[in-house]
Amino acid sequence: MRFEYNIEAGNFTKAGDASSSFKKILKQLNVDPQVIKRIVVSLYEGEVNIVAHANGGKVICDVDTSRVTIQLIDVGPGIPDIEKAMQAGYSTASAKVREMGFGAGMGLQNIKNNADELIIKSEVGVGTKLTIIVNLNKI
Amino acid sequence: MDSKHFHHALKISDDICIGCSHCMNVCPTEAIRVRNGKAILYENRCVDCGECFKACPVSAIFIDQDDFKRIQAYKYRIALVPAVFFGQFPEEISHNQIYTAILANGFTHIYEVETSVDLLANEVKLYAKAHPEKKPLISSFCPAIIRLVQVKFPALTENIMRLKPPLDITALYCRKELTDKGINPAEIGVFYITPCAAKIAAIKSPVGEDYSMITGVINMDTLYNKVYKYIRNDRSLNQVVIPKKPLSKTAWQWTLTHGEAKHVPGRSLAIDEIHNVIEFLEKIETDEIGDIDFLELRACDESCAGGVLLSANRFLVAERLRSYSPVAKDEISEKESIFTYTDYLLRRISIQPINPRSMMKLDENMEEAMRKMDKSSQMLQCLPLTDCGACGSPNCQAFANDIALGEADIRQCIFIQKNREQTGELTPDESLEMLKSIWGNVKFFSNRK
Repeated sequence: MRFEYNIEAGNFTKAGDASSSFKKILKQLNVDPQVIKRIVVSLYEGEVNIVAHANGGKVICDVDTSRVTIQLIDVGPGIPDIEKAMQAGYSTASAKVREMGFGAGMGLQNIKNNADELIIKSEVGVGTKLTIIVNLNKI
Repeated sequence: MDSKHFHHALKISDDICIGCSHCMNVCPTEAIRVRNGKAILYENRCVDCGECFKACPVSAIFIDQDDFKRIQAYKYRIALVPAVFFGQFPEEISHNQIYTAILANGFTHIYEVETSVDLLANEVKLYAKAHPEKKPLISSFCPAIIRLVQVKFPALTENIMRLKPPLDITALYCRKELTDKGINPAEIGVFYITPCAAKIAAIKSPVGEDYSMITGVINMDTLYNKVYKYIRNDRSLNQVVIPKKPLSKTAWQWTLTHGEAKHVPGRSLAIDEIHNVIEFLEKIETDEIGDIDFLELRACDESCAGGVLLSANRFLVAERLRSYSPVAKDEISEKESIFTYTDYLLRRISIQPINPRSMMKLDENMEEAMRKMDKSSQMLQCLPLTDCGACGSPNCQAFANDIALGEADIRQCIFIQKNREQTGELTPDESLEMLKSIWGNVKFFSNRK
């Protein structure tokens, strides 16, 4: 089954709507509560990234009985050095933003910790595609 | 626990119910439908919050209590009285008058439920410190909230603090104190004066407990009326003085909003009223809100002061409880205090893990659940999204799910009916029969008064 959500750039009041809707679906499909938590936490993190950094994008969630595959596709600046971006604590945020408590460089790490698989493809000046896979039968 | 054995204190009287659907529209877990002109309850979804009880215009929803006469089956009749009971009475009525009136109505002993709060408050602090991995810790105080987490937020059941609420600790304490005086345990009847339905349900089918120490439950309004009548008839002149440790300020305020949260170190939040709690837990579940150490969550607005079985205004009750000061220390008899039993009670203060009981799932089997979800979304596309409730389900989405679950027929929707009458797929008679099956025959008598 496929579920799609559009993500509006810069609208933080709506960041989390996709995760919230998809969470409801996973509950209805009787997915294990702890697995739902991992899926939703990584989806939320990815969703906020699009809102904050890209010029908008969409989320495509595919569910079958063995796994959930989430693609977060944005049109935006892209990530110049993915390896670096994956390092815990690495951040491009300005000192001012960090003072406010954002941009700690833990976002992608948090996704990686919660997902079974994380694939990042990015092209500078074009956009980024995150693929998050969480297996369902493993508890 | 098997849902079949899940006790509910909230009952609907078919004889009184007029099938108005007010209860269906306020239920926060969508546990009510209207069929054949009567409200029906999906028991595995109900969390006993009492919203329906408050909304019913004809008092068809009642809270099943024990017969008051049942107390007489015991030689020693303990009334476990919550602090909010006292807050219902006007200032000119003293607590000793209230004690006197409770005893005059047949009880032999009175224990305030919050007697155990000072002991518990300390344990909560220690527990929070010992379980830093379970943030935010959710208070185990409100049974409606525990059930809500089980059915609607199953991933958060692990966050519920595994400590007994004050009621259970005080029940243990009073039984122990009396049996230590040589009283035969079989002669002790412990009766809880409840401010709400959820507490009754928790006693009749305890969650996280093997059995309950409480013999029976009396609704707070029942005792309020008896006590108030006694005092109004001025028969409380021979006042008794209860030689017990008076409640501390912490204890008086524990069941009010912030009463618990303000004693937990770190970042604690107090949220009351069930819709507010749901809104907040949705965000906690997604990790959108981090760095919170403790959540005091209560189903009623103004917490227990807003219990559905209270007679006085909830804001007044809360204000009165906040004004009660503890009695001076030299009046406290340490010998009679709960702290004599600290070791005994602390050995028994833990509760079992709370298991999830998700009510959201469309089917146990995921493939089947996906089929039902498909069907439900197909159905939803045909529905008007007006959430009018004329189909007997609370909204179009719930109706679509009901169809997918085989519990409703798409022709129950009045918009679908009109369409099908137009195309000739449904005769006006069939359409009327359909509505009668939801709302009952009586609403369709043309000369109805």
